[in-house]
Amino acid sequence: MAEFEPKIVAFVCNWCTYAGADLTGTSRIKYASNVRIIRFPCTGRIDYMLLLKAFDEGADGIIVSGCHPNDCHYTSGNFHARRRWIMFRSLCDFTGIDTDRIKFSWVSAAEGAKWADIVNATVASIRELGPYTDYKKIAKYPEKEVTHG
Amino acid sequence: MVDLIKRTKELLETSEVKVVIGYEQGSGNKTRALFVEKPEDADKLIFDSRCVQNLAAYVTKKEIKEKGKMAITATLPVMRSIIQLASEFQVNDSNLLVLGITPESKMIEFKNLVEVEAFVHQFQIEIDDRNKEMLDRLEKMTKAERWKFWIDELTPCFKCYACRAACPMCYCSRCTVDVNQPQWIPVSSDELGNLEWHIMRAIHLTGRCIDCDACYNACPLAIPINLLTKKMLVDAKEHFGGYQPSLKGDHLMSTYKPDDKENFIQ
Repeated sequence: MAEFEPKIVAFVCNWCTYAGADLTGTSRIKYASNVRIIRFPCTGRIDYMLLLKAFDEGADGIIVSGCHPNDCHYTSGNFHARRRWIMFRSLCDFTGIDTDRIKFSWVSAAEGAKWADIVNATVASIRELGPYTDYKKIAKYPEKEVTHG
Repeated sequence: MVDLIKRTKELLETSEVKVVIGYEQGSGNKTRALFVEKPEDADKLIFDSRCVQNLAAYVTKKEIKEKGKMAITATLPVMRSIIQLASEFQVNDSNLLVLGITPESKMIEFKNLVEVEAFVHQFQIEIDDRNKEMLDRLEKMTKAERWKFWIDELTPCFKCYACRAACPMCYCSRCTVDVNQPQWIPVSSDELGNLEWHIMRAIHLTGRCIDCDACYNACPLAIPINLLTKKMLVDAKEHFGGYQPSLKGDHLMSTYKPDDKENFIQ
């Protein structure tokens, strides 16, 4: 059997983490290719339902990342997002959703190396946890047609 | 409830309000909502310990609002809901009169919502011991056990949305669960659709739910969905010092503090 390759979806903000991930590339830092990056205008736009949708579609892990506190392009988007993450993460944990599979981080546009570290660490920990079978089972994955990835 | 019946008659005779919302005897041993529009119907009004339905769910309904100014029989949870609705600009002094019922079952008429708010703020929102115990039990479980608990509890749900209909805070004209472009929540009432629906419901009520248990009381299968909102209430207290519905409208999830604390963001 081939080695398990985790599917990671990263929800990142346009102004910090996306630029940071770009810097990782332009700095020619190598990092795990398991991550699919989705760019958002701001962490404040990252609806919690999108994280659940990622698991629905067969993600094994999720990264959510944006500007450090006080660095938000829109002043307060990440502060609102942080409150939401605190409550959402706790609710997920309460319902038994594996919160070890959702990593939250702040990565600035200058932290290309940190982005590589976050992705590598996430891939390593998800590789250890294995496929997210609990969620895949209720999402009827992989019987469902998946046309991407 | 002689006071309540007398006052209802007066209010309707003088046309101060057009409709009074209260409770009447229903089928079996149940009570149900009564909408009194004629003074002679006021005699049907009752109030006792069986009256747990949250009547604030009706004040946002178009059909009731159309009638004109309304008065509502309001126990403590109903008053809390009304303050929350007022802070969300759904009701105000010109369209709602509150006939409060104190925890000692005395009628108390409030001149305006500021008075209702002052009354409500005398009491903290407290989770009862039975539910506290249940929350404790769940938190002590492993993640896998909690997952099994909720999958087992939520799988029988057939999405009748009685919980949504009974909740005064669920007044959106289009609920996310009904949206199909995109289809956020799978339509079928299977494990996935049910889990995501109840997570969504709990998140949308975070910082707004006043713990009246109307959702649980309305559930035909008695699924303990109120535990989800209770958990959010406990967390709100732990992380942000808790909340009380307030006319100021500084809602928990629409405000923030630059020094909000967490321990999981890298």
